[in-house]
Parts: sequence; C-alpha cells; structure tokens
Amino acid sequence: MSEYADVLIIGAGPAGMSAALAAAPSGARIVLIDDNPAPGGQIWRAGPQASQPSLARRLREQLQQRANIRVHSSTRVIACAGLKQLLLEDADRGWLMVYDKLILCTGARELLLPFPGWTLPGVTGAGGLQALIKGGLPVQGERVVIAGSGPLLLASAASAKQYGARVLRIAEQASTAAVAGFAAQLPRWPDKWLQSFSLFDRHYRTGTHVLAALGTEKLEGVRLQQQGQIVELACDRLACGFGLIPNTQLGQALGCELDGQALAVDAWQATRRADHYAAGECTGFGGSELALVEGTIAGHAAVGERHAAQALGARRKRWQGFARALNQAFALNPQLKKLAEPDTLVCRCEDVPYSAITGHADWRAAKLASRCGMGACQGRVCGGAVQHLFGWQPAAPRPPFSPARIETLLCLDDTPPL
Amino acid sequence: MPELILDGRALRVGEGTSVAAALALGGDGCSRTSVSGQRRAPLCGMGICQECRVTIDGRRRLACQTLCRDGMQVETRS
Repeated sequence: MSEYADVLIIGAGPAGMSAALAAAPSGARIVLIDDNPAPGGQIWRAGPQASQPSLARRLREQLQQRANIRVHSSTRVIACAGLKQLLLEDADRGWLMVYDKLILCTGARELLLPFPGWTLPGVTGAGGLQALIKGGLPVQGERVVIAGSGPLLLASAASAKQYGARVLRIAEQASTAAVAGFAAQLPRWPDKWLQSFSLFDRHYRTGTHVLAALGTEKLEGVRLQQQGQIVELACDRLACGFGLIPNTQLGQALGCELDGQALAVDAWQATRRADHYAAGECTGFGGSELALVEGTIAGHAAVGERHAAQALGARRKRWQGFARALNQAFALNPQLKKLAEPDTLVCRCEDVPYSAITGHADWRAAKLASRCGMGACQGRVCGGAVQHLFGWQPAAPRPPFSPARIETLLCLDDTPPL
Repeated sequence: MPELILDGRALRVGEGTSVAAALALGGDGCSRTSVSGQRRAPLCGMGICQECRVTIDGRRRLACQTLCRDGMQVETRS
C-alpha cells in the first residue's frame, strides 16, 4: 500500500510543525511524520512530567484543526524506496510514502563522548535525562550530577530539580571567560536573557568536566576535573552531553549535501537536491526560535510562496546571530578527546573498546576491523563520537536506517521499477 | 492508569508514562544486556541510541518512545 503527500515533512518538532502550518493555507496535501508518540520534538516533548509552553500547545491545536495536515506519530523512515518515495514503519505496519516536496526537520542529537564508566546504568545524556524525566522517570530524592556543555545542562538541571532531585553539580566544560562573554551578549535576545535568570543554579561550575563515572554494576559516583582540581562526588545519576550534532543521515541518504556537519541550505531552506528542503537543527544548532522561523520559511517555499518566505529573512538572521554566539562560547576543550581509556567501550551496541578503534585510517577501516558502528544504532552514537575524536566523516547510511520488521521490508516489492 | 507486566510483575503507572520510565518505577531501570554481558539502561532518551530496546508483546521496541498501555508485556531479559 502507499500514501501520497504534496509536502512530506520528516520530524514534528518546532521546525516541522511550523513548516506544516506555513504550507497548509495553500491547500496542499501535507503529511508530517515523527518517531515520538506525539508532536513537539525534544524541546516540547509530551509526558506526565512535561510542562508545555502555550506556544507549543497552540501549534499542536492548529495542526489538529487543519484538515489537509495528516500527522503520523511513532513512525520511522526505514529506507529510500525509489524516486521521491520513502518506506515508513509504525508499531503496526510498514508502507510507502510518495511525495512531491520533502522538508527534512530531523533535528539534532546529543554529542555523547566516551569516558570510563559511561556505560553504567545511571549515566544518561544531559538532554537524555530531561527527556526521560518528562516521560515520567522518577528522580525524587536522587543525587544528580549534570556535566558536559551548553545551555541544555541548565535546562536539564531545572527539570531534575522540579521533580525532586538534588542537583549536586552542573559541570560546564567551557571556561568562565567564554561563558561570561556569552552571558554578556544575551541582552541582544531579551527572551533568552530573561530565561537565563530563571535557569541559573548555584551549583554551576565552569571549566569543569567529567573524568569518569564510578561504580561496578551501576553508577555510584563521578570523578570531575574541576577548575584544575580532581573532585569525586557520590551520586545516583550522571547526565552528560557535550552539545548537539545535527541529524543529517536521512538527508545524506537522499543525496543532500553537507555544509560542515549540517545539511547545506540556501535562503529558501532548499538543499542542493531539487524539491528537498531542510529546516531546524539538522541545518545547524540554533535553538527553537531559529527552528520555528526556518520551518516557516521552508513551508512557504515548498508551496511556491516565495514572497512570504522572503519576508522572514530578517527574523532568521537575528536568531542565526544567537546560534553563532552560542556555538563560539561552548566550543569543546581538546582535553575531552582524551577521556577514554584503552578498555573504555566506544561502540555501545557491539561493545568495541577504544583500543580496537584507534590506529585505523578512517571510519570505514575501523568498522571493518572492529564492528564499531555496525550495531542497532547504526553508528549514530559512536559515529558522532569518532567524528569529534578523530575527524572521521561517517558515510551516508545504508537502509534499513533503523531496525525494521521483515514485513515492512517486504513492502519494497510494491516499488515500480525505476 | 495503565497496568503493565514488567518482567512478569504487574506495575500500575500514570497515564502517558513511557516504558523507559516504567523500567525505573517497577525495576532497576535496566532495559537490556549487552553483547559482552553488561546490563544497560536508557541513555539518550530520544530514540537514537537503541540502549533502551526491550521486548514488548513479542516485538523489539524502544522503551523511550513507547507509552505504557494496559496489559502490555515488557521483557528486559530476552
């Protein structure tokens, strides 16, 4: 079976939602797919312990009201099935989606770097802990250490505290000077400036990074390098993330070009492949405000409303300035490339240690020799890590892009020959 | 309020709770055993890392992207 969309949007975070709503008045048949149970992306993730800002609620209501927008939640892209055709899968079925225009709003994931003990239960990503808490993870009374880099650390700490955790330390790897320089620029974006006050925490330390997670069966503590000193804290959870990396895999598989680590786009949010657009964090990290305006531009452009798209250029530029300031301030300390010991697992799917990965010429050679990046996550975690550690550029992924059922793959039989 | 079966034990959770959260509410929080025998728990929380994969009603699913439903059978040791 197959389904058709004039405009297919992959990812229902701020960029995808705003793209759908911008394209909708044209009357185009719009399909929005997302792998989470409800629209909202990571920032507006739904759940029993999630608080939704009014903007998120409003966008979600508008999506429901538009008769020409169809939302498929809990749905993944499994493969490119042919020209402008994707193979999709949800909990019950697989099917082909045929489209005319595509907008990639695939977001970003956390950069997770290997360090001794990071595979212990109790260690999560920084945004990862926040996402799990929103889904109902109990943290009442738990001792939590949050480490890594970027404003997400403060947001994650705020969620943990709201649900009763004791946040013992927020370890930001960037220097005091870098963070202070960023904070001094914040009044240029007044909303962000105000938000920063509400997130501030007295346990925040700059120039501080994780050295090891301690414990045998599960996490029992953490060792930190804190402004030149080694500090150990007993804790129940360590949430550690080193910033965000764009999810470009599907774009790469579709032949869209990269600009650095992100999908390359022009002023219309168009990728280098005709009829294929991209918006939000998959085109570079910039936060939800930038994602919203980029999504709106892409939605207008995809239905040929260039005038409406053009009118938003100044707003996009303003938030691109914020993104630049953020990325400069939270550049990663080279010391973070040296955290792994020879026996530290880098690939968590295939349990491949650091010693088996070093010394190879590139990612492909390392994969062939060690099986790193060949497990269930298809290198989304260790591929991002080795790109940071060794500068290895992961190749475009091959289908299936994520684990899929045989019945789903059998749908490919329906594909007409090219 | 859905009631699920986690590794053979009944567990009642709040509406909208993810299976990843249920693993911690009703057990030790772990989701799977790695190829070298280590117990693992959800890591990324957003459907990327596959560490939280569990068997739900006989199918492999990601705990962090699946909501608890009444009568659901969740296995972390299969």
